[in-house]
Amino acid sequence: MQHYSMNLKLKVWRQKNSHDQGHFENYDVKDISSEMSFLEMIDVLNERLIKEGHDSIAFDHDCREGICGMCSMVINGQPHGPWKGTTTCQLHMRAFKDGDVITIEPFRANAYPVIKDLMVSRSAFDRIIQAGGYVSVNTGNAVDGNAIPIEKDKADDAFAAAACIGCGACVAACKNASAMLFVSAKVSHLALLPQGEPERKQRVVSMIAQMDKEGFGSCTNTYACEAECPKEISVMNIARLNREYLQSSLSGS
Amino acid sequence: MLDSKIPGGTLDSKWTKYKGNVKLVNPANKRKLEVIIVGTGLAGSSAAASLGEMGYKVKAFCFQDSPRRAHSIAAQGGINAAKNYQNDGDSVYRLFYDTIKGGDYRAREANVHRLAEVSTNIIDQCVAQGVPFAREYGGLLSNRSFGGTQVQRTFYAAGQTGQQLLIGAYQALERQVALGTVTMYSRHEMVELVIIDGKARGIIARNLVTGELERHFGHAVLLCTGGYGNVFYLSTNAMGSNVTAAWKAHKQGAYFANPCFTQIHPTCIPVSGDHQSKLTLMSESLRNDGRIWVPAKQGDNRPANEIPEEERDYYLERRYPAFGNLVPRDVASRAAKERCDAGYGVGSSKQAVYLDYAAAIQRYGKAEVSKRNLGNVAPDVITALGKEVVKEKYGNLFDMYAKITGENPYEVPMRIYPAVHYTMGGLWVDYELKTTIDGLYALGEANFSEHGANRLGASALMQGLADGYFVIPYTLGNYLADDIRTQSISTDHEAFVAAEKKASDRINTLMSIKGNQTVESFHKRLGKIIWDKCGMARNAEGLKQAIKEVQALKAEFWSDVRIPGEINGMNPELDKAGRVADFIELGELMCLDALERNESCGGHFREEFQTPDGEALRDDENYMYVAAWENKGNSWELHKEILNYEIVKPSQRSYK
Repeated sequence: MQHYSMNLKLKVWRQKNSHDQGHFENYDVKDISSEMSFLEMIDVLNERLIKEGHDSIAFDHDCREGICGMCSMVINGQPHGPWKGTTTCQLHMRAFKDGDVITIEPFRANAYPVIKDLMVSRSAFDRIIQAGGYVSVNTGNAVDGNAIPIEKDKADDAFAAAACIGCGACVAACKNASAMLFVSAKVSHLALLPQGEPERKQRVVSMIAQMDKEGFGSCTNTYACEAECPKEISVMNIARLNREYLQSSLSGS
Repeated sequence: MLDSKIPGGTLDSKWTKYKGNVKLVNPANKRKLEVIIVGTGLAGSSAAASLGEMGYKVKAFCFQDSPRRAHSIAAQGGINAAKNYQNDGDSVYRLFYDTIKGGDYRAREANVHRLAEVSTNIIDQCVAQGVPFAREYGGLLSNRSFGGTQVQRTFYAAGQTGQQLLIGAYQALERQVALGTVTMYSRHEMVELVIIDGKARGIIARNLVTGELERHFGHAVLLCTGGYGNVFYLSTNAMGSNVTAAWKAHKQGAYFANPCFTQIHPTCIPVSGDHQSKLTLMSESLRNDGRIWVPAKQGDNRPANEIPEEERDYYLERRYPAFGNLVPRDVASRAAKERCDAGYGVGSSKQAVYLDYAAAIQRYGKAEVSKRNLGNVAPDVITALGKEVVKEKYGNLFDMYAKITGENPYEVPMRIYPAVHYTMGGLWVDYELKTTIDGLYALGEANFSEHGANRLGASALMQGLADGYFVIPYTLGNYLADDIRTQSISTDHEAFVAAEKKASDRINTLMSIKGNQTVESFHKRLGKIIWDKCGMARNAEGLKQAIKEVQALKAEFWSDVRIPGEINGMNPELDKAGRVADFIELGELMCLDALERNESCGGHFREEFQTPDGEALRDDENYMYVAAWENKGNSWELHKEILNYEIVKPSQRSYK
């Protein structure tokens, strides 16, 4: 793989806190290696800003290996940037070339207030899980792990849904700021497993109610969520969610 | 005198006996008792959920924006349990024995046996929560093998086991939040411990969004804050992983044990340049099917695919025929370093070895051909089928490698090199997981206990969940049963006021330095000192020098660090400055501990102490103890907990 170095123009959203209006700030960055990750490129800029006496750019990040779901950012209009199935922290600079202009914004949604610069609050997701995204089993209640065989296909499908990292890119990608992909992934994960069966009907109704309460928009089937999801969670989960919701509503629980 | 409070009786009866005699707290009293839990990884989340279920009033804290982000989430390979579902000779004793031996005989027998005993309950609990473990076509749980063992006892969920286990614990935690037994404080960092009458009674936490300092009371405080691998700057830890909470406790009287026992993981993606901010692990499970090699000739610059079979050195298979590519981590890491230092390394940096899947792809391909009854097929069909199988088993890891390096691991061998991954050392705890401060507990990676001088793969998840789900619910009650008459203490108490002032003074001092160097630059320099002199190989001369360098770095930090922004409000640089300041102090203690331990064992390899063929040479006569360090302001005092092996007979670890 041929490595190269590049100069870039960045347009970065700066916002002091949730009350501030916010604005774009332009930065030139030089000699960026194609081997760097996107966040390492921002690290380089931040080091420079601090040395020049400015405040560094605040952004969320933690594991930097694409699994914790903490990093966010909309890069050139795409949540997590141009690479398919990739979080911002796993995006590498070889995705760009010398002279590129890169626009960097926070995830935008009414339910995601900006905390500072590129950092937003996604605690609405925690509250949706609190509404029913679990199996009610206390520690010590469990039977032997092999007592209930689970069809491999079902277990695999449940796993595929459970791979969601709760980053919220689906919301940022959606023109309605809908959280349907996130909610459907959790509902599917648990609905597909026998352990999730007893609370299946109540769960979907409660989680949807909380989702609406948080101010997320409706789903109009544009599938932008699936296209931008770094874990490539399928919109088939949304179809399952709708089915689950309808069945629960019809059965009157 | 350190009392580990190991119960009497035979090894396999201790935990049962303990549980049978432990003091209990009745449900009405539990509702009056408040417990603070810092950290929401596997240990913290599982403890918060379990204690909440029992009825305690729990307050849980994490610095991330959600408890689900804690770094346990990044664990890939799996979790061990002595289920013996494979009928391959596994048992509680076998898991206990492997862990003790893997830890190079520097762990407590009683703790490790308890861990092995509860390992089976963990799997059951997780399955009940809906953790989607890998399954066979018959619908039953699947297992894989891992380093340092000869049985298949590792349960997994593709390469995302940590994620799935943490989501299970997180969901259990959020259920308790909904029920009102747990209050969650995200984006909060513990910056001071509050001690009243010799007992841990609360914490000072900084609200990272507003910058405000908050006082929180608890009848007991549980630190579930993970390891300190980021002292090396480059590690596989998350960027925010830090030692601050544990270090505050240490400075107030909690002994820090075996700080020099750090684990260097053999299979990580090599460093690509100075800009590198962290390292990425490639799961140890890859060593199941991958073969590790370097060219047999020094400085061989040919691409891997052009090096013929007979000119390759599969050095692990050569040196350790019994375990081959599945030797424990410390052994595999040192062997890679040895080859690279001797000039056989590959890639542009020459600090890497190959992890090759070509043979596995052929093997799986042929198996598929026979499984599907395809008869004679072209070689490329075999290869394609083999790649499919490998993709199903390790697809997400291969994708990750491709994203980071830009190379396709299905076509060319991966380049790997050891990196800091886990810290076996941590706060000293007794059998009940209590530190040397009454009422202060440490769980999971934050404590020192179960892994001795080296941790086996798939055992960190096991320990985190064992501590949180099945140990602390019993041992905490034994302490709180005597505390039922203690009313909640007002946070106006002078101890809270003083602790808050201490935290606030420190923040003000940091902000007022207004020097010229960034926090990051200090962290990098610290990491380099520790990696070079207290990393994979150590010697007395280097360690003495490292101590001096770290002391000088500390002075420089406190006179020349530059932190932008304000105290009141979100300020990630200020958060980082507090953590790096603590890492610097810990760095000195690590070197001191490594210098004091004149032997090699597990992850601690002192160059002066090795066998003629380069293996670690223990000194059981003089060093079979846990080194527990007491902070004395500007120095430390060593306390020794002598390890008694009643069941296992320590021998030189051999994987040959």
